[in-house]
Amino acid sequence: MAKVTGPSAKAEVSSKRELFPARPVDLRRAVKVGLSSGAAAVFVAAAGIVAKPRLGDIHIVDGVVFGYLILFAIPAILGHVAAKPPPQLEGFEATRPGPRNVLAGVIAGVLTGAALALFLLVAGNINLRPVLSNVSPPLIEKLSFGQSLGVAALILLGSGTALGLAGGALHLVPPLWRRAVFGGLVWVFAIGLLEDFFDEVLGNMGAGYVADFLYQRGGGLASVGGLLVFALFAALYAYLGHRKISVRTLVDRVPEDQRRGARLLIGAILLVLLLLVPQILGRFYSHTANVAGIFLLMALGLNIVVGLAGLLDLGYVAFFAVGSYTAAVFTSPGSPAFAPELTFFAALPAVVLAAAIAGILVGTPVLRMRGDYLAIVTLGFGEITRLIVLSDWAAPVFGAARGIRQVPNITIPAVGFEIVDPQHLFYVILVFLAFAVYASYALQDSRMGRAWMAIREDETVAEAMGVNVVAAKLWAFIIGAVFASLGGALYATQIGSVFPHGFAVIVSITVLVVIITGGLASVPGVILGSLVLVALPEILRQFEEYRFLIYGALLIFMMLNRPEGFIPSRRRMEELHEEEVGQDVWLRTQQERQSTEAG
Amino acid sequence: MAEAVRPQKTRTVQLPILDSLLWLIRIAAILAVVWGSWVSISSGRLTGQQWRNLIVFGVSQGSVYALIALGYTMVYGVLRFINFAHGEVFMLGGMTAYFVTDGLSRTGLWLSQPWLSLFIALVASMIVSTLVAVGLERVAYRPLRGKPRLIPFITAIGASFFLQYATGGLFGVAFKSLPNSEALAGSVRFAGIQVVKPQLVVIITAILMMIGLYLLVEKTKAGRAMRAVAEDAETAALMGVNVNRTISLVFAVGGAMAGAAGMLFAVVFGQIFFFSGFVPGIKAFTAAVLGGIGNIPGAMVGGLTLGLVESLGPSLVLTGLGVRAAHQLKDMFAFLVLVMVLIFRPTGILGERLAEERT
Repeated sequence: MAKVTGPSAKAEVSSKRELFPARPVDLRRAVKVGLSSGAAAVFVAAAGIVAKPRLGDIHIVDGVVFGYLILFAIPAILGHVAAKPPPQLEGFEATRPGPRNVLAGVIAGVLTGAALALFLLVAGNINLRPVLSNVSPPLIEKLSFGQSLGVAALILLGSGTALGLAGGALHLVPPLWRRAVFGGLVWVFAIGLLEDFFDEVLGNMGAGYVADFLYQRGGGLASVGGLLVFALFAALYAYLGHRKISVRTLVDRVPEDQRRGARLLIGAILLVLLLLVPQILGRFYSHTANVAGIFLLMALGLNIVVGLAGLLDLGYVAFFAVGSYTAAVFTSPGSPAFAPELTFFAALPAVVLAAAIAGILVGTPVLRMRGDYLAIVTLGFGEITRLIVLSDWAAPVFGAARGIRQVPNITIPAVGFEIVDPQHLFYVILVFLAFAVYASYALQDSRMGRAWMAIREDETVAEAMGVNVVAAKLWAFIIGAVFASLGGALYATQIGSVFPHGFAVIVSITVLVVIITGGLASVPGVILGSLVLVALPEILRQFEEYRFLIYGALLIFMMLNRPEGFIPSRRRMEELHEEEVGQDVWLRTQQERQSTEAG
Repeated sequence: MAEAVRPQKTRTVQLPILDSLLWLIRIAAILAVVWGSWVSISSGRLTGQQWRNLIVFGVSQGSVYALIALGYTMVYGVLRFINFAHGEVFMLGGMTAYFVTDGLSRTGLWLSQPWLSLFIALVASMIVSTLVAVGLERVAYRPLRGKPRLIPFITAIGASFFLQYATGGLFGVAFKSLPNSEALAGSVRFAGIQVVKPQLVVIITAILMMIGLYLLVEKTKAGRAMRAVAEDAETAALMGVNVNRTISLVFAVGGAMAGAAGMLFAVVFGQIFFFSGFVPGIKAFTAAVLGGIGNIPGAMVGGLTLGLVESLGPSLVLTGLGVRAAHQLKDMFAFLVLVMVLIFRPTGILGERLAEERT
């Protein structure tokens, strides 16, 4: 494979303007992908996702259960990945899809099927249960499809190959159709998996008959419903793709002078929709939405500390705990030492003040630290906070492991309306969130926001340019702490009690995963992140055991493939892909020089 | 002549108020330690034997931390990168020890040859942890080499939680108790001090491992390659050192040490579960920084110091200050040491051995 940057290559390109032949699909990479795909499939089976009761047998579409679906999605998806053409380089012909794509898919599929077959043969003959606790007889039964082991192994090998082939062959389909098929399948999967949720929501919207039509009770989508959903979404994706419509193009289509008006209009529509949300969701899912809302509030705060100012804080849960405990101490009659029994809103100034002090206490000693050391020290602060509230030493104030109970509900001051229902609490959280989102945008564009971003890029340079690094960093910590403490106070009143066990390091990690996956320094990204990564696991309680497994895998995946997140902020993206941007500029200058030389 | 060219280490932030505040904290901490110890010792609440027990416990605990800290410090020395998932490499060593000893206890070997069985468990733990550490580097860290520093660090956090919950998912989340061994029951009188056998095993094994590591790093060609890469990877590459292979080797050696530590930890405490690696991992990192990160003897010194501080500190200082149930605050004491060391002396006791300034 020739290098583009080699002198001879450049000469050739510039003199003859001829392209190198297209680079073929890399079959050695396909083998590698296939091996990882096999490992992933065996892992999914051995970790119990396929055969656990209430998890493996969730019906998605008539007769299709989650366990098999997830298992067989692996060879199909990774077959598709294995067959992906190599990245397009300047000076090379575009790769045309061909039999080699299919071959690569088949290779990945065969390897996945073989790994599964091998696993079945081993697990069927030797009792692996003492070591792998989830390799249970039901799993073997599921993997063997009621056949003998040998036949079942052949079935696994064959289906793996077929699915890998299908995944690879998808490259032969024009991209538009590929996207339509893929979009349709994803939506069928999502709507089937979230049956309970959509059932409730459609019922509350007075469209229960739609749910009755789509679903067969407790058995996922009915076949007709599944086909309909697939057709609907595939058609939608095909239409949007064909007309080249996306959010960006829609925004660009609005004339510059009308953008402000359009934005207001969209905001108003969104607001009305948000006000209807608790009615649509019902009691149970409103509670879920509240949990997600509290995490979103924290995520918006951490987004300022990590996303804007670039200070990686792994002990963010400390501020959440400070907020929770301050609110509990000031409002609850059950507080052991000091119980003024204020109302929620009367206690808020104390919460904010406590958070600000905590922010300064954590922020001051770490002013000179950078990067990973800062992360570890804040992690230490987070653990210290949890251990203090847990200890018998502080029991007279914080109640040790028993925590503080009887945290009262919120009462709206003027009207004296007590909020009991999660559907009403939603509106309170919404008000806090609206404030937080507004503050995030306002701060981002303020002098302080620019100071933060300058520090994130290069602290020394920022200081040399006259940025007050100390004040900026402390303000980042304080504002982040206040957001988290408000979340903590809401959390305390929502649960009605506070326990030290709710403030483990895993909370900090969850918030970090939300902002990194959504997109650091990007408010829409953070909102989407908390909806998908907090609300979804709350709805799908069956997956609780695998939640943090998925978070961990997601962090690795994001860092390897999309460090800027799913909805990146434009500036962060440019920073992270500096090299590529630089390369593009280089190529452009080369081309310009060629054209000037020719002309 | 490289030193002459390098810019002087400058403080980025000049803060008289902050500095005086930090000095106040420093003085207060020293006063608290001195006052607390004085009250504890003069009260005579614990007998001499009890103090000696605490010290032995601290040393054995500290040698486990030291073994884990070696992995952090070596990786940091070569890549300037905190391998946050190293605690899980350690935990997987302990898990392997459980499965091997559990398997062996069902055969006759466990009863007839207890020491051989333990040795087999040690070797198996080291092999598994080595494979995990090297695999992790290959899959998650190598593609990110040269990216902004926080990116591999966040990857390591992800890897840490992935490994934890993957272990929980595959092997179950319950505590796993190791089988009892006759060979490890009872205690030995050693130089006038009564030492419980498992702790003696830990201390001796740790010393042997560290001697082995010292010989590997100082006397072999591979060790020289490691030191060269830590000093300057680019120049080492020009001198014909295979940098990728050396980095893999560093992860392998660190993993083997962590595996041994995991086995020893499981043997001393008799049980292990999927979350066992997290707190010892952070403490071992503390030990690495305490001794001076990037510095191999520093990791050993730091580990022992942290073990002693953590074992003696609560009884000596906190009880003296009138804190109730001070033993509950053992972990807090360790984290406090972490925070204080990073704030006041990030270069550690023996000083960092890093070629470049740490930023």
